[in-house]
Amino acid sequence: MSIHLILFLFFGVAAVAGAVNLLAQSHPINSALSLIAVMAALAGEFLLLGAEFVAAIQVIVYAGAIMVLFVFVIMLLNAGVEERTKGSKVAIMFGIPGMLIGSVLVAWAVLHSYGNQQVFASVLEGTPSKIAMLLFHEFLLPFEVTSILILIAIMGAVVLASKPHAVQKRKEH
Amino acid sequence: MPIWLFIVVSVVKSAILLVVLLTAVAYTVWLERKVVGHMQNRWGPTRVGPFGLLQPAADGLKFLFKEDLTPPHVYKPLYIAAPMIAVIFALTSIAVIPFGNSVVIHGYTIPLQVTDVNVGLLLILGVTSIGVYGVALAGWSSNNKYSLLGGLRASAQMVSYEISLGLSLVGVLIMSGSFSLRHIVEAQQGHFWGFIPRWNIFHGQIVGFFCYLIAAYAETNRIPFDLPEAETELVAGYHTEYSAMKFAMFFMAEYANMITVACLATLLFLGGWNGPVFGPYPLQVILPVIWFAAKVFVFLFIYIWVRGTLPRFRYDQLMAFGWKFLLPVAICNLIATAVAVAW
Repeated sequence: MSIHLILFLFFGVAAVAGAVNLLAQSHPINSALSLIAVMAALAGEFLLLGAEFVAAIQVIVYAGAIMVLFVFVIMLLNAGVEERTKGSKVAIMFGIPGMLIGSVLVAWAVLHSYGNQQVFASVLEGTPSKIAMLLFHEFLLPFEVTSILILIAIMGAVVLASKPHAVQKRKEH
Repeated sequence: MPIWLFIVVSVVKSAILLVVLLTAVAYTVWLERKVVGHMQNRWGPTRVGPFGLLQPAADGLKFLFKEDLTPPHVYKPLYIAAPMIAVIFALTSIAVIPFGNSVVIHGYTIPLQVTDVNVGLLLILGVTSIGVYGVALAGWSSNNKYSLLGGLRASAQMVSYEISLGLSLVGVLIMSGSFSLRHIVEAQQGHFWGFIPRWNIFHGQIVGFFCYLIAAYAETNRIPFDLPEAETELVAGYHTEYSAMKFAMFFMAEYANMITVACLATLLFLGGWNGPVFGPYPLQVILPVIWFAAKVFVFLFIYIWVRGTLPRFRYDQLMAFGWKFLLPVAICNLIATAVAVAW
């Protein structure tokens, strides 16, 4: 077994274990922390593929910034341990077989189309300059459109949270 | 280089670097007490060893032998994990910092750096952004209102100032065209007109340097931005409920972060290990490391100087300063650099 394969299996198992733990934990903060572990493991997989830039951004943006805000919200709301139910029977009857069938289908599709090709480590060119060329030349329009979309979302959040609006609402009551 | 040799060399380098870093952390604490003492017309530590030089060892022993108290209402797994997260990520970021040229031993070229990653700078930013969890989780898991407020303040402050910090670095990245810290330093070799070193700070990045300086103080929760542990309002902030070695871990994390920030400033703005190099072969390798250490020392001294000089911000002032002043200045610096380079 090569070192790459060992590391691949290690990060893969870590990601899946983190995802399962995310569902199994009853305390929201533990779930959020498992999600961070999943993100970090995925960053490891990106590194193995030679996409260092994507790996670093994965850690900075998802694990470092977005999940901090998740943890922030959990801390501020002081969310407690969630209630356990036995779960619906329908979910168990259809959900588990459905999930199995779905994963088999996906695996079959992937194997069918890429069956003879192997993805080797470091074949993806994830260097910053390559990604920049893709983003700012080939996909410039979608990139800019996405940023305007995000800007609109930010402005919407500011309008919803701004003070004059809140004061006006209080006056109406 | 065969893989086993590579692993052995890496382990040896990591071990040496860890020892040096932890010693540096201990003596930065000593330096701070000494310098601030003299600034306030006191002596600072004098009793343990000559000039109080053994004070860090005495402090370490004290931390080890103190009772490790766990308050009854804490959320234990995270309460224990939080200081570990803080210290582990603070120590990890040193791994990509190059502190000199390379040594040639038995025909193998060994760079004076644990590992040269081509996205080294981003790696440091990523690792420090994970380090926020140590503080945030400590505040939450302590189940104490002062701790919670401290943790919330810390994470809000670190997330806000990280944007200015990152943007102030982009100017340097544009100038050198690489994320690799080694390349960034190599791009700063040489002189202007034969005597002014070609460091980024003299190369149009002086605004970027001051943005970095201010944002870095806020990132490491130091005076004048030490709101997360403002003792007049929050007792001790996020580490109120911690004692003994767990408290020491937060302490070590703070000083290790200071050293990382100083190393980064040296590499990005002050020319890294560049400096006058002369003499026979061993001196050629040692001198750059000495220049590097001297620049880091100067930066740390400014840290302590600022601590001895400035009062603390108010929290709304801190947020307004970060978002309304520092961020626009950093963006203007970025645009100006981009225009200048494109010219």
